[in-house]
Amino acid sequence: MAREVWITGYGLLSPLGETPEAWFAALADPARWRAGVDAAACAPFPIHPVGAYALEKQVPKPGDQRAMGPLMQYGAYAAGLALEMAGIKGNAALLQETHLVAASGGGERDWDLDRQILAKLEGANDGGALLNQQLADGLRPTLFLAQLPNLFAGNISIIHGVSGSSRTFMGEEAAGVDALRVAFRRCAAGQGDIFLVGAAYNAARPDLHQQYHAGGILLTGGWQPLWHRPEPGVCLGSSGAFVVLESKERAMARGARPRARLLAVESERTARKPGAAAQIAEGSFARILPQTKPGALAVLSGASGRGGITHEEREFLAAVAGDTGLPVRGTAAAFGHAMECAPLQNVVLAAAALERRALFAPLEPDEPIEAEFEGALRQVLVTSWGHAKGEGMVLLEAIDG
Amino acid sequence: MARDAGKPIAVTGIGMITSLGVGVAENWRRLTAGDSGIHRITRFPIDGLRTTIAGSVDFMRDEPITIPSHSYVMADRAAAEALAMAGMAGQDFPGELVLAAPPIEHDWGTRRALSARLDCGENSPYSPGRRVHPPTPDLAPYYEDFLNGTLAERLAEKYRVCGSPITLTTACASGATTIQLGVEAIRRGDAPAALAVATDGSISEETLIRFSLLSALSAKNEEPTKASRPFSKNRDGFVMAEGAAALVLEDPEHAKARGAAILGYVRGVGEAADTFHRTRSHPNGQAIIRSMQGAIEDAGLQAADVGYINAHGTGTPENDKMEHFGIVNVFGAEGAKKVAVSSNKSMVGHCLTAAGTVEAAFTILTLRDGILPPTINYEVPDPAIQLDVVPNQARRQEVAFALSNSFGFGGQNVSLVFAAA
Repeated sequence: MAREVWITGYGLLSPLGETPEAWFAALADPARWRAGVDAAACAPFPIHPVGAYALEKQVPKPGDQRAMGPLMQYGAYAAGLALEMAGIKGNAALLQETHLVAASGGGERDWDLDRQILAKLEGANDGGALLNQQLADGLRPTLFLAQLPNLFAGNISIIHGVSGSSRTFMGEEAAGVDALRVAFRRCAAGQGDIFLVGAAYNAARPDLHQQYHAGGILLTGGWQPLWHRPEPGVCLGSSGAFVVLESKERAMARGARPRARLLAVESERTARKPGAAAQIAEGSFARILPQTKPGALAVLSGASGRGGITHEEREFLAAVAGDTGLPVRGTAAAFGHAMECAPLQNVVLAAAALERRALFAPLEPDEPIEAEFEGALRQVLVTSWGHAKGEGMVLLEAIDG
Repeated sequence: MARDAGKPIAVTGIGMITSLGVGVAENWRRLTAGDSGIHRITRFPIDGLRTTIAGSVDFMRDEPITIPSHSYVMADRAAAEALAMAGMAGQDFPGELVLAAPPIEHDWGTRRALSARLDCGENSPYSPGRRVHPPTPDLAPYYEDFLNGTLAERLAEKYRVCGSPITLTTACASGATTIQLGVEAIRRGDAPAALAVATDGSISEETLIRFSLLSALSAKNEEPTKASRPFSKNRDGFVMAEGAAALVLEDPEHAKARGAAILGYVRGVGEAADTFHRTRSHPNGQAIIRSMQGAIEDAGLQAADVGYINAHGTGTPENDKMEHFGIVNVFGAEGAKKVAVSSNKSMVGHCLTAAGTVEAAFTILTLRDGILPPTINYEVPDPAIQLDVVPNQARRQEVAFALSNSFGFGGQNVSLVFAAA
């Protein structure tokens, strides 16, 4: 584990735009980021949708556009942004040595078809034959491919020509952290030089709303401040986020500009008994601590908003902050919670903030852990406590220090 | 692709379930006897379906089957068998879990039941015109059981593995990818062992119809055991199947130090992504060729050293043609005629997510016992595919090195090289 790992490119398509200037301008103004919430589209569940964007800028072929639903479109777009920044886009030789590690669930279903079938099945006696007939007549082959999670990465390979390898991880927030962890460790160990790592999430998914709502985790009604929400506190956000990881040697050899240095990726799990996640996080933080620079460190938390576990993370961070005075930002307040994509989104935000040496203003000024920070930002700790499982922690550093 | 010949990784435990039965011994006995596990579907009505056969696993339990519950039961059984064989049952496992699982979403039975009970708002297609209930605790399984991370979470808890368990999909290459991730983690010293598990219990009306609409499935329904015909001229698609397999991967020194029996070695891994099309390989076969070459190079071998190929061999016109093309490129025209190539899918069907691990397990048994499993239903050879497919009957033949191929929709290709212990 000797090699230094750099982030040489990042891309984020989000409810607050697709450029660092747009994200940080919106984050500086509560009225602007609060305006990103759409309470009507999927009522009673408020969501943070992505705004209008020009898909054709990264996915020029109409055939490619049609082969994907919004989830995969967000991912392909963000992957294109990251490759572009890293100077890899369109470079066939570099793309052939680029390894893709993605985190994704399945793509969108045909909801109109589901609605029709449910209605028809309601009064039917012989449900089985009717279901077969409805599915055979109604399902479209293209849509099936757009539903397969591995086609998330498959489409990125096809659209952008990434051909080193392709792996897709599934499993909510932990999948995003593990995608980053595996790429980081492979890169550090010399099992590959260039990695494209990312995820996407579509918050406007009635099929997923039904599933999550059955578990009582979704926020209903209006938006609420993140750190004090009830158990049904998850307000979903759409997003696509990718980073290019590269060994320092490989990046220097091709003259690529580093954006941030990736120092550590911790990913653990525990049976979620009260206090167990905090105990795991204490262990991860203790391993990371020797690499941290007190006074120049901030936390971007991936807290989902689900009441109990979010409160536990708040208490953990308050205890850590009590010792070191570090400022915390719960980004789901402004972006919504993007599940698999949430940790990647925070890593992109961290890299962009480190390039600027500046942290954005508190999103919840009344919450003590969201302290003001006016200093020069040198390091960012990203936390990712999954809404149901998985405790991740990532440390990034500014390149000159 | 690794740049250096990689360290061999020992396999010290295997577990398996397919349409042929439960457990390694039963599967290997039936596979080498040339038995087929393909049968008529009874799990759901088959009225109006173009394909009515599958290699579903119907003997694990009597309760109603959901994709995650069925996939879990098989994965659990395979993992338990592998850990017992490795002499590691009932202890903390010294490495991480890498699980290949089918993508999870509500099946129609679940969707109907939940839609009748839960109010998701006026706009939702899933609460059509009903005024029903807010979420109550009894509905929690409809949420938790269908999270993509839940299967791995439950296995990780039960088998006490280290760290965060990975759930992955690279379509039909998924099983091979789990082995690759485990091998990489051991090689870079993250842990002395890894538990690679793959499971797929996803045969339902909708999955069957989806693959049918892609024209991927055989429709030779009359004689189910004869439907899967890899490399034959009259092949017409693959047969969907279910199953699970597990491999305990271990640093050879670690295995020897604790006195474990080594069943075989993973010697090389190779992979390459195709950028051509969502369901087809590039006509130049480059990704398949790079994948096989990468695995052979990583093993520090030449193609001529490989005595047996456990083919992806799905029985679709496209796959078998391209796989043959790739083999000829990697082994040369003469070499391709010499190396034995057979398809387990002729007997167990295509276990999709689990196929790569099921076939890796069979490949290790092939090397261990010196028996090449056959390609059954090989009655009408395809003149365009000149390979020794070990037709119809198993063959006694000692082999030192074997290659196992897994190629997925979406262009994800993984090849593994195994060596005898």
